[in-house]
Amino acid sequence: MSILSQTEAPNPWVSLSYLRDNSDAVVAATVAHIELTVISVALGLLLAVPLGVLARRYRWLAGPVLGATGVIYTIPSLALFAVLAPITGLTRTTVVIGLTAYTLLVLVRNVLAGLAGVPEDVREAARGMGMSPARVLLSVDLPLALPAVLAGLRVATVSTVALVTVGVVVSNGGLGQLILEGFNSNLYRAQILTASVLCVLLALVADLLLLGLERLLTPWARARS
Amino acid sequence: MSLVGDTAAWLADGAHWSGPDGIPARLAEHLVVTGAALGIAALIALPLAAWLGHRGRGGPLVVGLANASRAVPTFAVLVLLVATPVGFGDRATVVALVLFAVPPLLANAYVGVRDVDPEVREAARGMGMTGLQLLRRVELPLALPLIAAGVRTAAVQIVATATLAAYVGGGGLGRLVADGFGRADPAMTAAGGVLVAGLALVVEVTLAGVQRAVTPGRRRPVRRTAPDLVTPLA
Repeated sequence: MSILSQTEAPNPWVSLSYLRDNSDAVVAATVAHIELTVISVALGLLLAVPLGVLARRYRWLAGPVLGATGVIYTIPSLALFAVLAPITGLTRTTVVIGLTAYTLLVLVRNVLAGLAGVPEDVREAARGMGMSPARVLLSVDLPLALPAVLAGLRVATVSTVALVTVGVVVSNGGLGQLILEGFNSNLYRAQILTASVLCVLLALVADLLLLGLERLLTPWARARS
Repeated sequence: MSLVGDTAAWLADGAHWSGPDGIPARLAEHLVVTGAALGIAALIALPLAAWLGHRGRGGPLVVGLANASRAVPTFAVLVLLVATPVGFGDRATVVALVLFAVPPLLANAYVGVRDVDPEVREAARGMGMTGLQLLRRVELPLALPLIAAGVRTAAVQIVATATLAAYVGGGGLGRLVADGFGRADPAMTAAGGVLVAGLALVVEVTLAGVQRAVTPGRRRPVRRTAPDLVTPLA
């Protein structure tokens, strides 16, 4: 394969020797990328479910919650990191806080939409069976909201995978690290392209995995369609 | 030390408001690049969307493209373009911004035109309108709210992505953030962040106002994007 890179320009876009010689760095960056994504989306979900439940229960909260998450969503990632970094430092924490904040709009909106879609007579029946409000929430509302929540989870995850790269400006951007390093090493094309392609592949794989999870957890949704 | 105080002091310092790397110059760079990219993207996307929507063709492709574009890191595309013959500078930045602005513009305008009530279309045809008249007098005016939603989404996306251009040799307000990090100057970094966030919010609020103005009916809620689309992030 090195023949290819020798006959081509000295700075090829695709180079298997790059991959071979730098496999450790590529794997480490990919793992870091996955970690940042999983932690941020998981934290986002942990915040979004209670926020969505509260906003559904106290309707006046829905406007402010969606408004606030919408404002965060509008702020460019570099700006958010720039404002966070002087407070939380050039650390992974800064990256995670930013990424988590960006997942909230999509997740809260979908939790709300899912809860709003639960038929009132089903909840009525659950109450009639003597279920407590907490029980209704856990056994009826949340399971029925699951398809919408999972749809939001897919969108949030794909967006987060792409956004992790910007984390490079404050410490850790997973594959973004390789992209910026490649840029700084006289535009090392093989490194830049490899990292970029891996990033898109990660988003694709994450989307497919979550789609599989969606099918697995909500077989009734598939039966209906 | 207080970060808020330092940041405010940085912003209030007159020295930061003049010269080629002052705030007004950086803002102007940001606006020029943003405006150019939005204009070019609209010239490409809107006629194509009108035609496809009018013919009712290519829906899955257009919507798929818009949703798939979310998976592509804007930062990666900026760096990739610099490594191509396009090279450094505003040209590479504008090309990258156009690439990310076209999908939301295209998809929103497409959905807007496509989803015009078939009965309205039928009535226009019955009045003897030609295809072009139908498009210009009926479909495009009815699609205007979603076209405006696409412009708003694309503009916010462009403003955000243009910020990142500072890391590949571009200008704009992102430079303040990049230089702030480079000099380990927290006040400058935060001030840059505040200015960029402010610009994005002003663009968002202004274009949301435009969108509301072109949406008929009182107190009709305005959508961020077409129902089957998601606003991208940068």
